[in-house]
Amino acid sequence: MSSVLTNTRKLPHRLAVAALAVCGSCLVGLSSLVPATHAAQDENGIETYISPLEIVVSPDGARLYVLCQDAREVRVLDAATHALIKSIAVGQVPRGIALSRSGDRLYVTNSWDDTLSVIDTHQLTVVATWAVGAEPSGVVSDPDGKQIFVANRISNDVAVLNARTGAEEKRLKAGRGASYLVLSPDGSRIYATHVYPNPSPLRTGLENRTPPQSEITVIDAARAQVVDRIPLKSIAGVFHLAFSPDGRLGAVAEYHPKNMIPLAHLEHGGAFAYTLTLFGADVGEPVEVPLDELERYASQPFGVAFTPDKRELYVSVAGSECVLAIDVQRLLQFVHSHPRPASNSFESDLAASGNYVVARIPVGANPRGIAVSRDGRSVFVANRLDDTISVIDTRSNRVVSMIALGDGKPPSAMRHGEQTFYTARYSFQGQIGCSSCHIDSTFDGITWNLEPDGFGRSIVDNKLLEDINGTEPYKWTGTNPSVAIECGPRTEKYFWRSEQYDDRTLADLSLYVLSLPPRPNRWRSPDGELTPAQERGKAIFERSVDTFKKPIPESNRCSYCHSGPKGTSQKIFDVGTRKPTDNTGLFKAPMLTNIVLTAPYLHDGSARSLEEIWTIYNPDDKHGRTNDLTKDELNDLIEYLRSR
Amino acid sequence: MKRLCTIALLMAAATLAFASGPNMPRFRFENFTTADGLPNDHVYAVLVDGDRIWAGTDNGLGLYENGRWKTYTTADGLAHRAVLSLALDKRTGDVWAGTMGGLSRISGGRIDSFTQLNSGLSNDVVYGVSVEGENVWVATAAGACRLNLHTGEWSLYNERNTPMEEIWAYGVSATPTKVFYAIWGSGVLEYNQKTGRWNRYDDPDGQNSIVLFKDQGLVHEIVGNVSYVDDILWVGTYFGDSRYDGRYWHNFLTKDSGLPSNFTNFVKGVDANHAWFCTDKGLAYYDGVNWAVYTLSLTTHKPVMTVRDGEGNVTQIPATTGPAHNYILGIDSQGDDIWVATAEGLSHGIRQR
Repeated sequence: MSSVLTNTRKLPHRLAVAALAVCGSCLVGLSSLVPATHAAQDENGIETYISPLEIVVSPDGARLYVLCQDAREVRVLDAATHALIKSIAVGQVPRGIALSRSGDRLYVTNSWDDTLSVIDTHQLTVVATWAVGAEPSGVVSDPDGKQIFVANRISNDVAVLNARTGAEEKRLKAGRGASYLVLSPDGSRIYATHVYPNPSPLRTGLENRTPPQSEITVIDAARAQVVDRIPLKSIAGVFHLAFSPDGRLGAVAEYHPKNMIPLAHLEHGGAFAYTLTLFGADVGEPVEVPLDELERYASQPFGVAFTPDKRELYVSVAGSECVLAIDVQRLLQFVHSHPRPASNSFESDLAASGNYVVARIPVGANPRGIAVSRDGRSVFVANRLDDTISVIDTRSNRVVSMIALGDGKPPSAMRHGEQTFYTARYSFQGQIGCSSCHIDSTFDGITWNLEPDGFGRSIVDNKLLEDINGTEPYKWTGTNPSVAIECGPRTEKYFWRSEQYDDRTLADLSLYVLSLPPRPNRWRSPDGELTPAQERGKAIFERSVDTFKKPIPESNRCSYCHSGPKGTSQKIFDVGTRKPTDNTGLFKAPMLTNIVLTAPYLHDGSARSLEEIWTIYNPDDKHGRTNDLTKDELNDLIEYLRSR
Repeated sequence: MKRLCTIALLMAAATLAFASGPNMPRFRFENFTTADGLPNDHVYAVLVDGDRIWAGTDNGLGLYENGRWKTYTTADGLAHRAVLSLALDKRTGDVWAGTMGGLSRISGGRIDSFTQLNSGLSNDVVYGVSVEGENVWVATAAGACRLNLHTGEWSLYNERNTPMEEIWAYGVSATPTKVFYAIWGSGVLEYNQKTGRWNRYDDPDGQNSIVLFKDQGLVHEIVGNVSYVDDILWVGTYFGDSRYDGRYWHNFLTKDSGLPSNFTNFVKGVDANHAWFCTDKGLAYYDGVNWAVYTLSLTTHKPVMTVRDGEGNVTQIPATTGPAHNYILGIDSQGDDIWVATAEGLSHGIRQR
């Protein structure tokens, strides 16, 4: 079995997924569980889905452009009849879509190809594919059509491209995990958000217990320079942003994690608040307002859109599988009539949203992108995980039709597992889902205090989920032997505090989690060849003698604990990182796949960078023999790790 | 009568000399100190970005904008209170600050700091910084290094992989073709961007403080700063200054130039023929032939402007204002105006017509 697991890593993702699906239940030790109905398959025997993620409406309102992530295409629909006009193939894992102001060009970012597809909207064909930065996500064109701005999630910046040639002119530093962009109505500013919190700027020794900080990066569109950063305090996970048509009110969807207190208080509203930050002339100082209700949370807000008359603001809520309709006047009245907290945040006021949320409209699974028709009568919602688009009538705030993009087949086990991962329906009051902390199936960049280890005990960094198959045991202390146990009893008891998964759901969820592939490593050459610095670092990683020619005990070599293709021996070690609040100093050697992306580091997130693991937290050489290294050599070691 | 005639003749001669002398820039200096909101009077570096003036001081980074000073400190994320060097990324508008405790990037009001503990930076004492394309070149107390802003990779350059003997890198000037480092005690290092090779320029006199072979090479090994512009390298050392055109060296000493001192803290080339020299005894400007020196009298502390023409004739120009202090640490230009970092304040030299 282990050879099967090893080999699946070398297969293309979808084939690997199929292999897992075939033997998934035995992999997770759940042979008695029965996956849900299998879906239709393509010629390779792989299930296929559409996964609409984003929607934009053409300037004349006649067309819908639907970005379909799993189908790797843009579907062009007639906005009135919803008939398919054409499907246009794009790249791998497309994530962002935007029209030029004239509507002549449609831009699509392909986040795993690191490319931008340029579509001629008259011919409905891809006319250019340009290389861009690492994991391009949001995209927007400047008002003059001279420059294109692309948010790069991995390099944490916004690239500025020449709109005629695609040549990159520069990159602007944005927030960590830069992802979504919007142009202000007057065309003067571009606003960028980011999905992971910025690293703590100050070294205090308690960085891992500092509330997360995020920002809205404000870019002067004409000068293509960052001119301001609107701080978003205690926010980790910032998504779409929209402006009222008059430009006086901006709203951004975001998560407000409560990770400074033990995650044991769902019944007291203790895990997340889901909020909007409002900014602009209508509100003065930016203010945070909650979307949650006392008994019904608005888990994982994602898309935001104003109606043309500014009467209503619609918010897609991915985990709660609904759309919120917000009366803008009532929202502003609330903001102005209630005394502002010193923090400028009403996040903990669960009665607040009753003042301005006028409808909670159920839609499909994992609603994401949202767009309002030009006449303001309809709202289109991309239901990513059931391949539909909900059409909401803005007068009644009800779903009046559903556009089916797929064949209506029942979800496969994998798809069902993915739906389970992204929904908040299993947790108390619908507060959280797996994806609250594992944004887009990755991580969230913050540390948590989980109840099972004791209040105030064992602070843990949230880990990346990609490529974890075959790296059990799980949890930092290695006490969970399988994903099924990690996702099942532990999660149900300590996180959800609500209904349990049935056996099938748990099996499907485990299958999905174990199938998550690693993103392409941007620091590793496609042909696997290492740079000179990486080669030198690899030698250090594998060395058996130190600088002074003294043998390094096997157990103190990098390559011993971090062995194998995924960089983990799956064993438990004491590397001298125990803190007074830790119950144990024994931790499982974490895998190294895409380790460069997952700061902070160490079990409790105390190291803000890879360097700090050794410059600060390895004084006694217990975390590998490293104190003999020069700074050059440590840099080389890190260059190698970044290629893993 | 004879005395009166003599005085009249001398006055006429002085007037003639002034009238016929080189037309060197004249400034009215407005000086800023902590009384005006400057974070600290000891100003190590100054940087002009349009209408914004950045001042690296001994106690924080000051930003002068719209007539007001704003101070960034370690509480804002600055790597250290003492800011030694500044550089502007003209494309992005980001400002890079070299400090006594690391390298900081100021971008849209946010400060990210890189130290030898949290990054690949070779040393926390950052004497110089220069931005070129996607690379930030850094001069530190433990060698040179380069941060690639796209990949995040740090490349370190020191005695192990360059001709650098001493590792005290005091200054850096980066361009798309070449990068020059001022190495304290090890001359000038040149990095060719195309070939990736290093070249070293030394004083042919070795470590001697006496110049035996003038114009046969770099004037001295103890190099404090470099500035590369229009394919011309300007070098400031503790024992004179140099200009190098890629083939010939030309050295400047007090004895045969208008320099007020051979001890130069900072040099800024304007173009191939014009440069500013920031010395411990005043500010000097060279236009390729003539020199102008802006100082405060060492005895009266009154402002003095001195012009030395190509023939060696020296003329004193009436001046009512001068730099805040004679110990000059940095300079940047704002159109025809200059901003000058001194040991006791920041000076704005407003060009007079």
